[in-house]
Order: sequence, then structure tokens, then C-alpha cells
Amino acid sequence: MRSEMVADQVSLDFPLYHGSARSLKKMVFKQLSARMGSDSRSRVVVQALRDISFRLQPGDRLGLVGSNGAGKTTLLRTLAGIYEPMSGRVQVRGSMNALLDPNLGMNMELTGRENIMLRGLYNGLNASSIRRLADDVAEFANLGDFLDLPVRIYSSGMVVRLGFALATAIRPQVLLMDEWFLAGDANFMEKARARLEDMVRGADILVLSTHATSVVMEWCTRVIWMDGGRIRADGTPDVVMAQYLARDAA
Amino acid sequence: MPVLDIGAAPDAATRNGLAVRDVAESLPLWRLCWTLSWLDIKLRYRGSVLGPLWLTLSTAIMIGSMGFLYAALFHMDLHEYLPFLALSIVLWNFVSALVGDACVTFTGAEGMIRSVRMPFMLYAARVVVRNILVLGHNIVVIVMVDVLLKTAPGALALLAIPAFVLWLVVALALSLLLGALCARFRDIPPIIASVMQMAFFVSAVIWRPEQLGEQQWLLNFNPFFTMFEIVRGPLLGTVPSQAVYVSALMSSAAICVAAWLLFARTRGRIAFWI
Repeated sequence: MRSEMVADQVSLDFPLYHGSARSLKKMVFKQLSARMGSDSRSRVVVQALRDISFRLQPGDRLGLVGSNGAGKTTLLRTLAGIYEPMSGRVQVRGSMNALLDPNLGMNMELTGRENIMLRGLYNGLNASSIRRLADDVAEFANLGDFLDLPVRIYSSGMVVRLGFALATAIRPQVLLMDEWFLAGDANFMEKARARLEDMVRGADILVLSTHATSVVMEWCTRVIWMDGGRIRADGTPDVVMAQYLARDAA
Repeated sequence: MPVLDIGAAPDAATRNGLAVRDVAESLPLWRLCWTLSWLDIKLRYRGSVLGPLWLTLSTAIMIGSMGFLYAALFHMDLHEYLPFLALSIVLWNFVSALVGDACVTFTGAEGMIRSVRMPFMLYAARVVVRNILVLGHNIVVIVMVDVLLKTAPGALALLAIPAFVLWLVVALALSLLLGALCARFRDIPPIIASVMQMAFFVSAVIWRPEQLGEQQWLLNFNPFFTMFEIVRGPLLGTVPSQAVYVSALMSSAAICVAAWLLFARTRGRIAFWI
């Protein structure tokens, strides 16, 4: 069976709960007063995604571009199955790994080794695979004796190395990646780049959210330009990036 | 090949199906659940010399001091009262810590929920397993008291086993129920905390039900007491009355049904609430 990713008419509203929207008391009183005339369900809702549809086959490398708040990260989270769409459907065939936030659920109080073990368990690995995972990560991240100390005391460089080594140690068929992943200091990037490219090449399908034009042009075979939660343009990198950059100039 | 298929769930039947799928997907993750729970305990006591033995020690000190005080207050024989108190306090601490933890089932796992898709049942199971581990440390105190005073529960204690299994089912249900409610409404945890504090005093935890005299039947309408008594009674060598069992079973059923209805309805929304 081939890997596949289908988004069909995906829409999603993001409720914003702040201050009084979290209060049970306020809600009860609102219900009571609503019965007496004034009716308002004043919940702030952001229309995060609207009618997103696309289909990706093995070999497709999709880049998501758009300004901050255009819905790129929300779309990645929806594709990863973390947010469930209010209408429409997401179907993904194949093992998936989503690299969404830098710490990726890493627990700062736990040791490096414990974090590696947990990541292995999240991915359903057995004991021997987890040992291999630990060896692989330890070697790449070059943490030495720090591996058995809490991540909290690591230098920021060590945390980045561990996070990166962990994220790239598990090779999925479908890879979702947020732009933070490409940021990092130049020295480390030099070493990391080969490993990252290896993982990207190994994946059947890549979805990448980014601001950097060079990354899109180098890695992607298709680009979707998101604007206000909708697809503004969808096509080859040349065509879409030309439009996208022209908007910047205008 | 793993398949992820998520879509809008417009009707109750679909939502129930998805909730069933959530529970089914959590079963193969028992090793992850065990590890997370154990690390929770380890983290709480990392860097302290005694480690999780602090749990045992603080419970022992509390029961020791309360035992003398209340035996004097209630004019009871310490030899008889202390085993009762040790068992009651350890079990009640389990219940009350579990209810408190249930409130943060999902809000406490925010980082994990927002970075990786996991069945929500996993988080509920983590709360329950974590508290069982704490209980395991505290049972030592009961054993110590029983050995010191040469008291031991008889064969009747076996009746506590099915009751404890019922506790665990209700605990899972409560974790889902309170976890979802408290994620949405942040003023619920303090309400729950004060309810539990009140329940401690009215549910015959530190006093014996017989001390109520003729009003003892009233206790059967207190679901905290009846749920509590089905495990404690047999361990103290008494069989709870039929009314106690009926009341406990009805409360459990009500909690489980409410938890399921709420979970099926809100499962897809929890990630937005935390």
C-alpha cells in the first residue's frame, strides 16, 4: 500500500478562551439571563481553516507559505491529527512524524535518556528498538555523560542538539515539519543538514511550513500559499512563489 | 500500514464510535502509560534522599498523631481505633488525591496533547496508575500497624477485591469526566477540592458509622460513604449491607454514564481547551 495524504474540504474554527469565557459561573448566569431576553453566546472564534483540500502522493514535497497567522501551523496540527476538523476530513496512510514545536513534548525535568525512552514509547517501539534509538541519539547529539542528567541543566545548544537528534531519529513515511526546525546556528546546521536531508529523502511525503524562499525552492515540488485560513494559490514552486513574492513587493 | 482518518463528527453515533476507537487505541499503549506514571512519581521526589518513601513516612506520621488524638477525643481503645484509622486514611488519601489529579488529567498534559496525537484515554489511565503507585507506598503503613497490633483482616477481605476493581473503573471515568470539565471551566477544580474536604468529614472516614446511632441509615444516601465502605468494610472484617452495595453501584453507574456521554461529546474539543 502506498502512502497518501488527503485533506478534503477541511474547515476548523479556533475558539479563544480567555478571561470570563473560562468561568462556569459566568456561563451559568449567561444561560439564565439569556432565558430572560438578552441572548448572546459571546465566544470569540477565529476562523482558522476554511475549505482546505489537497491530495499528496509518494514523492510529493508540499511547502506551506503565508504570513504569520495564515493558518500554517494550525493546518500542520490538523494533518497530524492533534486538532480535529469541524467539517471535512483528513486521511493519512503511512507512519507519520510531526515536528511541530522545538521541545516536542520533551520534559525538562527528566534526563536525556528518559526523554529518549519516552519518545520511543510514543512511537510504539519495543525495548530493543528503544536501545538502538538511545545509541543513535546519544552519538549524534554528542552529549556524553550529560545524557543521564536532567535536560533542565543542559546548555541551550545541547537542548537543540538533543531535540533535533530525537526528531530525526525516527524515520516516518509522512513527515510534517514546522519552520523552527530549519532555524539554528550555522555550525550545527552544517552537521544537521545531512541528517535532515537523509530523513526528508527517506520520507514518501513531506509537508513543510516555512517563511524562507530558498528552502521552498530547494526542497518542495508543490507550494500552497495560505491566507486567512484559505488556500490563496496552489501550484509549482516557481509559479506560486512568484505570486507570493510579488505580493510582498506590492 | 498505520492509517489516520479523522473527520467531522456531526451525530452522536459517529462520536460514540470515535470515543470507542480512542479507548481501543489506548490499550496497546500500556507500557507508555506505566512509564509516564512511574516517571511522575520519580520526578516528584527526585533529589530527595528518601524518594517516594516520603509518601510512606508522612502517612505514618499523620496516622500516628491522629490516632492518639482521636482515640482520646472519641474515648476509644487505641488498639481498636488505630487499624481502623490507618486503613481509612490511606484509602481516603487515595480517593481524594485521585479526584484532585482527575481535574488536571488533560490540562496537566498540555505539552504532550499539543505536540503528538495520542488517545485521550491514555491520560486518564496515567492518572489512575500514578495514584495506584502512591497507594502501593502507603499500604506499607497499614501492614505495619497490623503487624504491630497483631490484627489482620480475615478471609472477608477478599470481598474488597471486586470492589476495588469497581473503584478503578470509576476512577478512569472520573478522570475523563473531571479532566474534560476542568479543561473547559477553570473554576471547577477549587469547587471539587472543597467538596472533597466536606466529604472527608461527613463520610465516616475518621469516625465509625456506628457512632451515628439511629441515624446511621442516612449514610446510605451519601455516595462518598457507600463507595468508600465497599472497599473498607471487608478489609475491616465486616460485610457492607445490601443498601450500601446498591447505593455504591448506582453511583458508579451514574458516574460512568455521565463520563461516557461527556467524553464522546467533547473528545474532539479537548485539544482546543487546554
